[in-house]
Amino acid sequence: MDFPVEVILFLFLLATALTVALLEDLFAAAMMTGIFSLLSACLFTLMDAVDVAFTEAAVGAGVSTVLFLSTLALTAQREKQHPFTWFPLLLVILTGACLVTGTLDMPHYGDPKAPIHVHVAPEYIAGAERDFGIPNIVTNVLASYRGYDTFGETVVIFTASVGVMLLLGHRRRRPGPAHRPTITPEGAARMRDFAIVRVVSMGVIPLIVLFGLYVQFHGDFGPGGGFQAGVIIGAAVILYGLIFGLSTLQRVVPSPLLETGIALGVLLYGGTGVASLLMGGHYLDYAVFDSDDPKHGRHLGILLVEGGVGIAVTCAMILIFYSFAGRALAREAFDEGGGGQ
Amino acid sequence: MELALDVASWFCLTVGAALCVIGAIGTLRLPDLYTRTHAASITDTLGAGLVLLGCLLQAGTPLVAVKLVMIYAFMLYTGPAAGHALVKAAYARGVLAAGIPEEAQEGERPSESDLPEEP
Amino acid sequence: MSEVLGLWNYWVVIVLMMIGLYIMIARDSLVKKVMGLNIFQVSVIMFYVSMGKVRGGTAPILPEGGAEGVLFSNPLPHVLMLTAIVVGIATTALALALVVRIKEAYGTIEEDEIHALAGGDGMDGRSAVQGEAE
Repeated sequence: MDFPVEVILFLFLLATALTVALLEDLFAAAMMTGIFSLLSACLFTLMDAVDVAFTEAAVGAGVSTVLFLSTLALTAQREKQHPFTWFPLLLVILTGACLVTGTLDMPHYGDPKAPIHVHVAPEYIAGAERDFGIPNIVTNVLASYRGYDTFGETVVIFTASVGVMLLLGHRRRRPGPAHRPTITPEGAARMRDFAIVRVVSMGVIPLIVLFGLYVQFHGDFGPGGGFQAGVIIGAAVILYGLIFGLSTLQRVVPSPLLETGIALGVLLYGGTGVASLLMGGHYLDYAVFDSDDPKHGRHLGILLVEGGVGIAVTCAMILIFYSFAGRALAREAFDEGGGGQ
Repeated sequence: MELALDVASWFCLTVGAALCVIGAIGTLRLPDLYTRTHAASITDTLGAGLVLLGCLLQAGTPLVAVKLVMIYAFMLYTGPAAGHALVKAAYARGVLAAGIPEEAQEGERPSESDLPEEP
Repeated sequence: MSEVLGLWNYWVVIVLMMIGLYIMIARDSLVKKVMGLNIFQVSVIMFYVSMGKVRGGTAPILPEGGAEGVLFSNPLPHVLMLTAIVVGIATTALALALVVRIKEAYGTIEEDEIHALAGGDGMDGRSAVQGEAE
């Protein structure tokens, strides 16, 4: 055991997961999932996966906590108590035991000779210098070597956000008092009435957006890229919405703009591939963009593709937030109108 | 010089870590939310600050040093605001303080109507 | 003994995964199930990333002076998991949206109560869904 920090963090992680399992207060459990994500982001950093850690911190501790809390505001704060039964526990222990016996043949943690490290990865690492001249190997693999995968993932994000919009209908709002910016039920104190929070957030949010843009465009040289930048900028905009209210946010970032943006991002990605086809190369083969210097062409292609991913992810995150928060507002207006559920 | 730097940074790191532990103990042991956030703010400002200072003394390049300073500036800016928002939201929702009779705490919460109107 | 101890990362991941699985099958609250799914997902990501770690390696970013003799961790799992996280939040949002609609249609997010409603006077619940969908 020569990785004490990682072991300690793993223990924290297990304790947090157990707490999530045992808590009956769903509100507290949602906060614990945020802590869980932050701890796993620390672990990813220790395991050299800086890009993954980035994403997990922005997604897990930022966006997903907000989503869980908005869902709780729309459903129930506590879960019902149930008598303990042995069957699930036995099933889980049995499955776990099977999996543990399966690991006995696996390579050890950090073993440089593990099969995973000898096959494709050396080629990717060598290619970073030879084919791209881009220092961040993760960006190369993401946007170029495995560009098809990433295109598929972008389409999944697009589809999921369309699904959320269809389910929760962020546009069709019942008429009601439009300026009710809280997404918490029962009209709790509104964040924008807190002068300090308002002033501080006005200073911080532009900086977060700026940092997101840095992550987007510096992703070739350091940790970063479209996915990370998308969730960071999305989280900043969601923070603005939480503090200043949904209606204010929708004046700044109207939903038609976001709907266009999501489609535009996917289109930019796919269009880059089609452009490379038309210029005589393979789909998503960026070398053809510059016949004199293939490195430069690949650089351009990666920039375009990452831009598409960034736009699509940012818009998807904000639209998902709109759908949930808009639902809460519609519900509240409906209840206040004497309807009730 | 090297040795002095090392000693100074070890001192900062140890004291910072100790303050973080004290803050954690306080968060566990203190009776109610308001005093607990007070304990937690120690880890935020002084604990993390000293740890960052200890790292700063070991920073090899100016770039790393500038990044550490920016991290601390960001924490100093956001940490107290987050604590303030937490406590104020809890107060408005009616979370009671320990050690004061319940009746004494009633009727002084800022209700919806007391809050300032929209500009 | 040390032959087996090097596998500890897989075991921790398995325990995490089993906690997630337990939440998903033992708890009735749908929101709690989604949380369990989240834990499960993080454990899978952790599995891949921990396989990519090379002892003494560094983050897969070429240093300025050239990459001669530098040992990198495996970048491939990082790429796959990076996209998986963002896809995961999108699908989590979809799941939570479904939970919200279930709550609106049935008035509860407890699985057993939904089963009782759908099994007994199930038509009531179903017509509510159709009415909502317009």
